[in-house]
Amino acid sequence: MRFDFLNNKNNDKDEIKEESGAPLVKFEDIYKIYQMGDTAVHALDGISLEINRGEFVAIVGQSGSGKSTCMNIMGCLDTPTSGTYLLNGRDISAYKDDELAEVRNKMLGFIFQQYNLIPKLTVEENVALPLLYAGLGDRERRERAMESLRRVGLEDKAKNKPAQLSGGQQQRASIARALAGNPSVILADEPTGALDSRTGREVMEFLQKLNEEGNTIVLITHDNSIAARAKRIVRITDGKIVYDGPVEGDKIVASRMSAGG
Amino acid sequence: MGIGKCITMAFSSIMNNKGRSFLTMLGIIIGVAAVIALMSMMNGLTNMITSTFEDMGTEMISVSITARGQTRQITPEEMEDLVDDNPTVLRAVTPRITVGGTVKNGSESVTSSATGVSSEYSDIINLDLAVGRFISYMDVEQNNNVCVIGSYIARELFGTIECLDSDLKINGTKFRVVGVIEESADSEAGSDDDCIYIPYTIAITMSRSNIVNNYTISAVSEETLDQAMAVIKRFCYENLGNEDYYNVISMRELIDMMQDMLGTMEVALVVIAGISLLVAGIGIMNIMLVTVTERTREIGIRKSLGAKKRHIMQQFVIEAGTISSVGGIFGIILGGAMSTLFGKLVEIDSAPSPGAIALAFGVSLSIGLLFGFLPANKAAKLNPIDALRYE
Ligand SMILES: Nc1ncnc2c1ncn2[C@@H]1O[C@H](COP(=O)(O)OP(=O)(O)OP(=O)(O)O)[C@@H](O)[C@H]1O
Ligand SMILES: [Mg+2]
Repeated sequence: MRFDFLNNKNNDKDEIKEESGAPLVKFEDIYKIYQMGDTAVHALDGISLEINRGEFVAIVGQSGSGKSTCMNIMGCLDTPTSGTYLLNGRDISAYKDDELAEVRNKMLGFIFQQYNLIPKLTVEENVALPLLYAGLGDRERRERAMESLRRVGLEDKAKNKPAQLSGGQQQRASIARALAGNPSVILADEPTGALDSRTGREVMEFLQKLNEEGNTIVLITHDNSIAARAKRIVRITDGKIVYDGPVEGDKIVASRMSAGG
Repeated sequence: MGIGKCITMAFSSIMNNKGRSFLTMLGIIIGVAAVIALMSMMNGLTNMITSTFEDMGTEMISVSITARGQTRQITPEEMEDLVDDNPTVLRAVTPRITVGGTVKNGSESVTSSATGVSSEYSDIINLDLAVGRFISYMDVEQNNNVCVIGSYIARELFGTIECLDSDLKINGTKFRVVGVIEESADSEAGSDDDCIYIPYTIAITMSRSNIVNNYTISAVSEETLDQAMAVIKRFCYENLGNEDYYNVISMRELIDMMQDMLGTMEVALVVIAGISLLVAGIGIMNIMLVTVTERTREIGIRKSLGAKKRHIMQQFVIEAGTISSVGGIFGIILGGAMSTLFGKLVEIDSAPSPGAIALAFGVSLSIGLLFGFLPANKAAKLNPIDALRYE
């Protein structure tokens, strides 16, 4: 598989994205508690964490440990029960729905396990969606969508519907969509989860490449070998961070945990 | 997001669900068609009836005397004097005495009625003769047993309208045909072609009452109609002494009353048809709620990519608006076809007016927007994470 790499043009002048010197992502004692009848499920149980520009962080943990919850809050899709989330130095907890939509549009790019492409739209239209909501004109949208598709090597599938693509191609299309808006952070929840190991590896290589180009990437996975491709690992167990540091250190924790579990 | 883009998307979603979209539209189609057809038909009917009356002359005034007894009456001579005394406002007068009965030519017979009139009658109500002449002044003066008949009577009794100088009998009294009136209503029984005119002097004798209770007067023009009415009313009051003893009404008033009545009827019918549009709107709301549920995940995806409330609202409101306006257009076509067909059948001009079309389209569009609003609002308010998780 060939990925073409074009230069990541940083031509956006959105105020919201202006570098503030603060960490890009800053969680301060974040809790997410689901009340299920009498019992309270602590999906996130007091998480504090900072992610700076240019990092490649993998959030790992077993199923049900709270990884997705963590990413949803980071992606402004969900709000914490308590705690402060500073995105690019701004406290977004008081933001209204439409303001959060704007933050997602301008700052965040999502890559989902199930690709989440809209079936009735063509690949190109899917990729252009964030640009549409950013209010770009027809022509610029098309140009930037095509450029984004070129980066993932899918320009020849631009007019196809998602269902006509293989799983790997669909994931590349969703990566192209995440890149199209030129976000500050790319959030990927199990991006390789639905792919075979070879295609999954290719996707990972591409994410690494994106990181080398300067993109900040937060990857969520339960797979240690996938996580090992990141530069930093945050390990979560039962909603708590049990390890936060370079990949090498996590190996000890991971082996101890699997031995213990 | 551009409105145009939304409309294109709405169209493709209609095309993707042809059967369902059609069923949803059906209510709108039927409602709009009913409104258009009813409005056009009523309009055509009103115009037809109005013009029929107007052809007879809008400056016509009908006087009927309801006083009983010999002491209170107005004779034809007195009426003629009134007209002669007011030449600036009144033109002509004719008594009207109806004698019902059997009309016979040998073994051919029809049941009809003869109207006793003066020679002025044909001018007052704009009668055109196919053959012969109308009843003359002399006929009236000399009590001549002559008659002018409509084409229906002519065809029934003589098989042709070429029946001048033939004889017929009305309730046993012999009359000579001196004229046949131009056919105006396909020579059908009970229509304008089913008529017989005789000199009023003879009619008085035949009716055995010696009193004339009905007169038709023509005013000089529509402009002086009010003055003419005033003159006649004053005259009647002076002669009869009580407002309850006579009734003076102009053709204009009659037309206005009838138009009022037809207008009220039209409103009532259109309101009933309009209720089906309301029901159709609820149908649209229902299908849009289903659509929102079906597309919950899509809404979640769009929101995760930065769609704001108004983007989602816009998409669904426009989709509902598009469904109902497409239905509206079909409805207009159907309604137009129905009213045109109806117009052909009863021979009136009932083509839908641009106003009716604009109204119907406007109503159907607003119904879509109105009833699309609630589902769209529901969609816009979805929490992105719940929407994304929705299976
Ligand atoms: N909407 C919800 N209502 C109630 N409990 C929830 C809800 N969402 C998540 N949870 C609970 O929160 C905990 C963390 O869930 P989360 O989806 O973050 O796990 P995860 O680490 O992503 O797991 P996986 O690897 O299986 O995706 C789980 O125990 C889950 O049951
Ligand atoms: Mg998960």
